[in-house]
Amino acid sequence: MAETLRRTGERLAAPPPSAVRRLRHAVGGFLYRVPAARLALLLGPILLWMVVIYLGSLGLLFITSFWRQDSVTGAIVQNWGLTNYRFLVQEEVYRTIAIRTVGIALAVTVTDIVLAIPIAYYAARIASSRVRTLLLLSIVLPLWSSYLVRVYAWRTILSGDGVLNWSLHQLHLGSVNLGFSRWSLWIVFSYLWLPYVALPVYAALERIPNSLIEASTDLGARWRTTFRRVILPIAFPGIVAGSIFAFSLTLGDYIAPNLVGDTEFIGNVIYQNVGIANNIPFAAAYAIVPALVMGAYLLIARQLKAFEAL
Amino acid sequence: MSRDRAIEPRSVQWGMAVVTGLVLLFLYVPLFVIMLYAFNPARSQAWPLPGLSTRWFTATWNNADVRTALLTSLKAGVGATTLALILGSLAAFAVHRFRFFGRETVSFVLILPLALPGIVTGMALNSTINLGGELIGLSFSLWTIIIGHATFCVVVVYNNVIARLRRTATSLVEASSDLGADGFQTFRYVILPNIATALMAGGLLAFALSFDEIIVTNFTSGSEITLPKWIFNNLRLPNQRPVVNVVASVLLLVSLIPVYIAQRLTQESGGLVSGRAAVVPAIEASAEQAAVP
Amino acid sequence: MKRYRANLIASTAAMLVLAACGGTSNSAQTGSNLPQSIGPNETALNLIAWTGYVESGKTDPKVDWVTPFTTATGCKINVKFADTSDEMVTLMRQGGGTQYDGVSASGDATNRLIAHGDVAEVNTNLIPDFKDVIQSLQSPRHNTINGHHYGVPYMYGPNVLMYNTSKVSPAPTSWKDTWEKSSPYSGKIAAYDSPIFIADAALYLKAHNKSLGITDVYELTSKQLDAAIALLKQQAPMIKKYWAATTDETDPFSSGDMVIGTAWPYQVSFLKSENKPVAAVVPSEGATGWADTWMMSAHAQHPNCMYQWMKWTETAAVQDQVAEFYGATPSNTKSCDLLRQHIGASADSDYHCGDNTFLKNIALWKTPLQECGDSRGATCTDYTVWQQKWQEVRGTK
Repeated sequence: MAETLRRTGERLAAPPPSAVRRLRHAVGGFLYRVPAARLALLLGPILLWMVVIYLGSLGLLFITSFWRQDSVTGAIVQNWGLTNYRFLVQEEVYRTIAIRTVGIALAVTVTDIVLAIPIAYYAARIASSRVRTLLLLSIVLPLWSSYLVRVYAWRTILSGDGVLNWSLHQLHLGSVNLGFSRWSLWIVFSYLWLPYVALPVYAALERIPNSLIEASTDLGARWRTTFRRVILPIAFPGIVAGSIFAFSLTLGDYIAPNLVGDTEFIGNVIYQNVGIANNIPFAAAYAIVPALVMGAYLLIARQLKAFEAL
Repeated sequence: MSRDRAIEPRSVQWGMAVVTGLVLLFLYVPLFVIMLYAFNPARSQAWPLPGLSTRWFTATWNNADVRTALLTSLKAGVGATTLALILGSLAAFAVHRFRFFGRETVSFVLILPLALPGIVTGMALNSTINLGGELIGLSFSLWTIIIGHATFCVVVVYNNVIARLRRTATSLVEASSDLGADGFQTFRYVILPNIATALMAGGLLAFALSFDEIIVTNFTSGSEITLPKWIFNNLRLPNQRPVVNVVASVLLLVSLIPVYIAQRLTQESGGLVSGRAAVVPAIEASAEQAAVP
Repeated sequence: MKRYRANLIASTAAMLVLAACGGTSNSAQTGSNLPQSIGPNETALNLIAWTGYVESGKTDPKVDWVTPFTTATGCKINVKFADTSDEMVTLMRQGGGTQYDGVSASGDATNRLIAHGDVAEVNTNLIPDFKDVIQSLQSPRHNTINGHHYGVPYMYGPNVLMYNTSKVSPAPTSWKDTWEKSSPYSGKIAAYDSPIFIADAALYLKAHNKSLGITDVYELTSKQLDAAIALLKQQAPMIKKYWAATTDETDPFSSGDMVIGTAWPYQVSFLKSENKPVAAVVPSEGATGWADTWMMSAHAQHPNCMYQWMKWTETAAVQDQVAEFYGATPSNTKSCDLLRQHIGASADSDYHCGDNTFLKNIALWKTPLQECGDSRGATCTDYTVWQQKWQEVRGTK
């Protein structure tokens, strides 16, 4: 293939008329003859960007976590040590917050999967193609509206004199006290990330060939059995793939807990340490926790073949 | 793909339809509530509304801060999108055309800024900007916002472009060369038209992602106010609630435009995708399947 | 490893140089180098302020002391509202202190800013109305060091006990219902989300647990601090929400989800203006509070505009306007007459305008230091400890 290309390139070497064209041709020719140069030109910028800016930043974050803050001036002291980590391990409160964050993130992920499966299944296997397009559009549309606005909408809905309690009152169902609670966090996060889960689940279900399901039916399996034994196992990697974002986005959030919650997430502690207490080394150390949790999640996802579904 | 052969029993079909309806209700009620609140004549957020009024629309129109924030967000979005388009499509070309060491890790590294929790990405960039401040006098500005946004926008463009390149027959490129076109001409007349819609879709998604970002932006923007930051700040001021409601509803309506364009652009790739979801190539794969008649 | 160390040395050296530079420019600011007149105005002024302190008519077209200032001076104001003193300190240091020109700092931030060289000494002779400032704020410890003034006073006031008059009866006269387990309002109580709120617990203990021997609520020994933390942990499950943003208190108060708790006069004023059934008292135990100072960054990009702003906000007319809107007490005693003209007797009964005794009875926010400031010596808990302990309280909720 490369051979053919090179030969064609040579055949085309007619003298170009202008100097600009000549230069262009020279550069083009060089790039043609030296694929490594082409690769360097294409890949260089992004490699430089990602390695220097992003991976470099992650590295610096890791390094910063070994520094400490001077308690008198509040300045960062670049003395290597495990002070921050020791503190994280010793103080029970940081464990409590981490466990709480991961717990709510898991609850949200499971909820989203449970909600996503029926809607994705309906779209992928039951709805007509027209309805399917409309459904997919409706799933995606909320993602295009502002994240803050959606969080804030729930704050109004769940407040004591909000839409929810008014509706319950109209239906003579009493009232609930959900505003500023863990329940509201669970509802809001499930709401926010549902589309991210629904889309990959849809993709996974859509890919299952009809013949497979027909075969199962022909062999006498009820739908329930087919769903449990055929559909779910095939769709499972897709479901796990979809769950990655729901989990990661909940894990790294600090705004929703602030706006609709009554409790602190890992993100709140980090945000406060950066924006308020200015203890960046400690914030960096604590930021390693969600990074590790997410790393573990991704590893498990890989074991479950989720990346093959991606 | 015909659906007449659905094997699901009626009861299951109905059950799924009902749940789907409920989930849609769950997705849309909050959006409608916000739209209604924009017409709330009172400052108080109590429900039901005491009436309807457009007085806050006028107040919002006259609010200079909103316009400044909008402008900042637009600038940041355009800057980040431009960078993402360049970096993302170059990376896509490289991965598509060449076999090289570490090729498989490229997409993994690109996806990291989105897959890792926002607080981690934000903190990491924040540390770097602070260090940059100490070493080379870097300060928080529009540029640091753009750099931060571009970092996680690249993958959106990359995924769109590489998916398109994979579908573009290599024979086209060969034919172009055979007909005497040099590399630039082939790019200009063959490759570019082919990936144009993918670029536009990717760019649009990148812009949307940048325009709405706050988790990372809070760490990279310093005193620069983007529209989400303005909303965040004003949510904290009791008197500004009505104006926030108006901004929110207008944003909601305006967002229909890019959704429509993106849907049209990526129709053949079924690309009903948005921001983060666009990095789930499973959708692309399934869409390709769906596109086969 | 060696390379790392070399880098470390290099960067440390760089930091030292930077620190040294900061030091020189600081000392240049103090002493005889104080400006003797306000120079030509720049075109902008970037401020950090408490919510409600810098109003430009956006909230209410009638409440506006920014527009006339900009018209008169040409200084266009950008304001960043902060929720806590800690946030203000961090913001003031952003971009090497060049991002913001001034801050309305409370007494628990001022000394940290002065000690770190973040703020510049101010020539009070350039502020004509300074002479009318209430006596105990003429040169208070929180903004004046050895006769050097680091800013001029703005507003002061107590952290009041706000309650919903239709749901809380009888009207509270003690902080008891926000602290004791027996509180009938459990689950509907408000608390402030900052380490400095520990002082509010200490204030309650000072009155009700005399054996602890608390004398100053910001000067706590470990034993006293632990008692305060225990009280806060007892309170935590009863809290509806710890508020830092004012809307986190006004929203649930409006909806009735929250009925009693600590508040700034700003929230009380706002809710009253919305015709919500709220009232506020300074309970029998007294109250913590704040006296705020306009301070100028040592690296201000718009120092002349900042001087103009300090001059403007010290005038009786502006002080009266702010007081009426925010509910805080003005520092300029000349504004008391205006206040009386506009709101009548409550200028004295609620605002205690010009009442030096009232001011002295408020436990004003200040930074807890290891040095107790009395015969106990360096046995007190400093703010770092307070921050850690506060995280414990917040994290368990």
